[in-house]
Amino acid sequence: MKIRFVLNHKEVEIDVDPLKRLLDVLREDFALKGVKEGCGEGECGACAVLVNGKLMNSCLIPVAQVDGKEVLTIEGYKNTKKYKIIEEAFLEAGAVQCGFCTPGMVMAIEALLSQNPSPEESDVREALSGNLCRCTGYNMIVDAVLLAARKGKGLW
Amino acid sequence: MKKSDTGLKKRISEPVKRVDGPLKIKGEAKFVDDYIFDDVLHAVTVRSEKPRAKIKSIKIPPLPLGYFIVDKNDVPGKNRVKMILDDMPFFAEDVVNYVGEPILLVVGPDLEKVYEIASRVKIEYENLPPILSIEEALTSNKPPIYGEDNLFGDYYFEKGDLDSCFKKADLVIEDEYRTGYQEHIYLEPQGMLGVYENGRVAVYGSMQCPYYVKNALVEALGWPEDKVRVVATTTGGGFGGKEEYPSLIAGHVALAAIKTKKPVKLIFDRKEDIEVTTKRHPSLIKFRTALDDNHNIIGMDVDIILDGGAYAGLSTVVLQRAMFAATGVYRIPNVRVRGRVVATNKVPSGAFRGFGAPQAFFAIEMHMHHLAQKLGVDPLEFKLKHALKKGDYTSTGGLIRSEVKLQEMVEIIDSMSRYRDKYRKFKKEREKLRGIGISLFFHGCGFTGKGEEIIKGKVKLRKRRDGKVEILVANVDMGQGPLTTLRKIVSHTLDVPLDDVIYENPDTDRVPDSGPTVASRTVMIVGGLLERAARELRERWNEAPELEVSRVYKHPEYIRWNQERMEGDAYPEYSWGANVVEVEVDPITYEVEVKGIWAVYDIGVAIDERIIKGQIEGGIVQGLAYALMEKMEMKNGKILHNTLTDYIIPTSKDFPKIESRLVENPYKYGPFGAKCAGELPFVGAAPAVCAAIQHALGIPVKKIPVTPEDIMDLEERGSED
Repeated sequence: MKIRFVLNHKEVEIDVDPLKRLLDVLREDFALKGVKEGCGEGECGACAVLVNGKLMNSCLIPVAQVDGKEVLTIEGYKNTKKYKIIEEAFLEAGAVQCGFCTPGMVMAIEALLSQNPSPEESDVREALSGNLCRCTGYNMIVDAVLLAARKGKGLW
Repeated sequence: MKKSDTGLKKRISEPVKRVDGPLKIKGEAKFVDDYIFDDVLHAVTVRSEKPRAKIKSIKIPPLPLGYFIVDKNDVPGKNRVKMILDDMPFFAEDVVNYVGEPILLVVGPDLEKVYEIASRVKIEYENLPPILSIEEALTSNKPPIYGEDNLFGDYYFEKGDLDSCFKKADLVIEDEYRTGYQEHIYLEPQGMLGVYENGRVAVYGSMQCPYYVKNALVEALGWPEDKVRVVATTTGGGFGGKEEYPSLIAGHVALAAIKTKKPVKLIFDRKEDIEVTTKRHPSLIKFRTALDDNHNIIGMDVDIILDGGAYAGLSTVVLQRAMFAATGVYRIPNVRVRGRVVATNKVPSGAFRGFGAPQAFFAIEMHMHHLAQKLGVDPLEFKLKHALKKGDYTSTGGLIRSEVKLQEMVEIIDSMSRYRDKYRKFKKEREKLRGIGISLFFHGCGFTGKGEEIIKGKVKLRKRRDGKVEILVANVDMGQGPLTTLRKIVSHTLDVPLDDVIYENPDTDRVPDSGPTVASRTVMIVGGLLERAARELRERWNEAPELEVSRVYKHPEYIRWNQERMEGDAYPEYSWGANVVEVEVDPITYEVEVKGIWAVYDIGVAIDERIIKGQIEGGIVQGLAYALMEKMEMKNGKILHNTLTDYIIPTSKDFPKIESRLVENPYKYGPFGAKCAGELPFVGAAPAVCAAIQHALGIPVKKIPVTPEDIMDLEERGSED
């Protein structure tokens, strides 16, 4: 089946099994390796992408569901000003260790800040609660988000 | 030589931006599953469904062209994974010993087809009686899995005259503690990629110990060393889970690549990873402690039993670290410690951050609290009264040569947390179930006993023609930061900018064996060798445009260790810690809410305070979860909590902020005074939170994980004391 969608700001079309996981389409058919598989059952958020601006676990979505929609992965986000603010905040707060959860975490942060540009700590904890990290214990990621929100004031 | 821009040297501890940060945040760091090969084949493992059985027959469905089976008959060398006892086969031979044991691989170009073929492989078993618990291992008449006594290890050491202590004791108190499994849940599941080219095999993958993997491959293949290459890819978390296990699956992909003459990829999904990889050893730890009429501990008899699972792996060494931690940070004049690790028909237990010490520290800290409670004295003062000081001897008779700053650390943590005030206050007001607990602990730095001397880690530093300096070591950054910290050590010693120091993921074709990335040894031991090599390079900088300097580990001369008798300096040095945790227990649901976490450590000197903070925060949260939420149970040898839906690890909402501090105490032989740090923060969390729960409820906590169900049970049974 032919599926058409906007992937990282570009229109794409792919002839594919409509039940194929969006995660596999992104990684295999489009070689977008920043989208990670951590659990395959929607618990860890390593595969998180934005679909029409909403945070989704791409391991749970059959590709047919994004037909006609906009999909944004870390690859389509990493050249933006907002991303740069998040990257700087991550480095400053020490929010990255092994890095496997990080791209999904960044997408979750974009989803949060686009809805709520000045979040409280509890908003951040809520927004990240679908993204598991086993290295940091989360506090340094929470700090990074609060820092990004401060430094990127006006951007979101 | 090139000087840093400012000429003003920064303090080594001052944080720098992680060198590997930007690529990881952008999603550009390449993990093993991110490598693209056009003609790659996929491997799927067919595994035992029985905890213990004879394999009667294996029926393979007809294979389409381009699909293969790889099994025990494809192992040209020794069908045993090289570790300590070399008892685990790459592929099962005539018997299987745990659910999930690999029997064969199905390999082919289309992953779905490979799964389909694998599901049609029929294995006929003849069941054998399985041994499924510590109790069964010790008491049942079922035939042993290992040796004659079914013990992978049975050790014993003694100091002083314990028997006479019990005769003259004023009071003897006995306690028993249990700890459960813990699964690593590194976010990147295990995976390997094998490539066969021109008579050589290369294995790429997620791992902590490239040379463990290489040595295992050499033995499995029976090939010369120069025909085997191992490359660590960016490794997405390890925590010990990628210490010994990767050797097994590296063997699988290497054998498959050699047979098929194509690149072969084997990537676990989360369920497979949870079901078949190693876990923290469950334990049963018993104390019998003698006290005199001045409330002094005069003797302690400790019996430690670990559940090793079906194959030995690293269990004997895990057991030894547990034994050397058995009496905690305390000065006990007369000691006897026995340790056993039993074989059971379950997935092998293995390395996990702390490596036996967390089990022992949970037990000894809870036991010390219980002793204080029995005596009616304050637990903290009781602990401090017995705390080791410089000049004291450890349980193995090792001399404490450096200053021990525990007293100072306790005063700092008390002022941070108001522990002493709250301890008294919470005790009085009983309407709310509030509690506060403290733990004191150490971690022995580097390998246990003579380990470092046996491994003889080697490092190289290469000055290149372009003036840059390359670090050549076998150590892996799995998130804990050596790509940054080892660079800092070299850049500070040479006084060159950080960017002029190169350090790539290790490739055994290029780097010497500097030992595995384990035991919190990378900064202290490998970093120490690099510091010394850098000093030499600095001296010789103008000798030639290209230069190579190497260093081989030598045990400091002061170390005395008798492995046979387990006597002397079990570790070259110790790092120390104190944790305080405050909790509130819901009187209806018995849920434990952690209200505050405080931590003080002596790790010598931090090579990078931000990276150390990351180790502290991550270690504490992992340790609190070990105590409170990470429950893994088995039925007939099958894991019931085998997905992230059932096996619960913390989210961003589970624990509050952590307040931590470091106390400097430079170690003479560590780089810039650094000691060990990676495992230490894990060790103290569980006993601190359990002491807090015990304080809130007034009932001893004797088992972890302690879930709301367990607390309800404790409350209903009431205190037996």
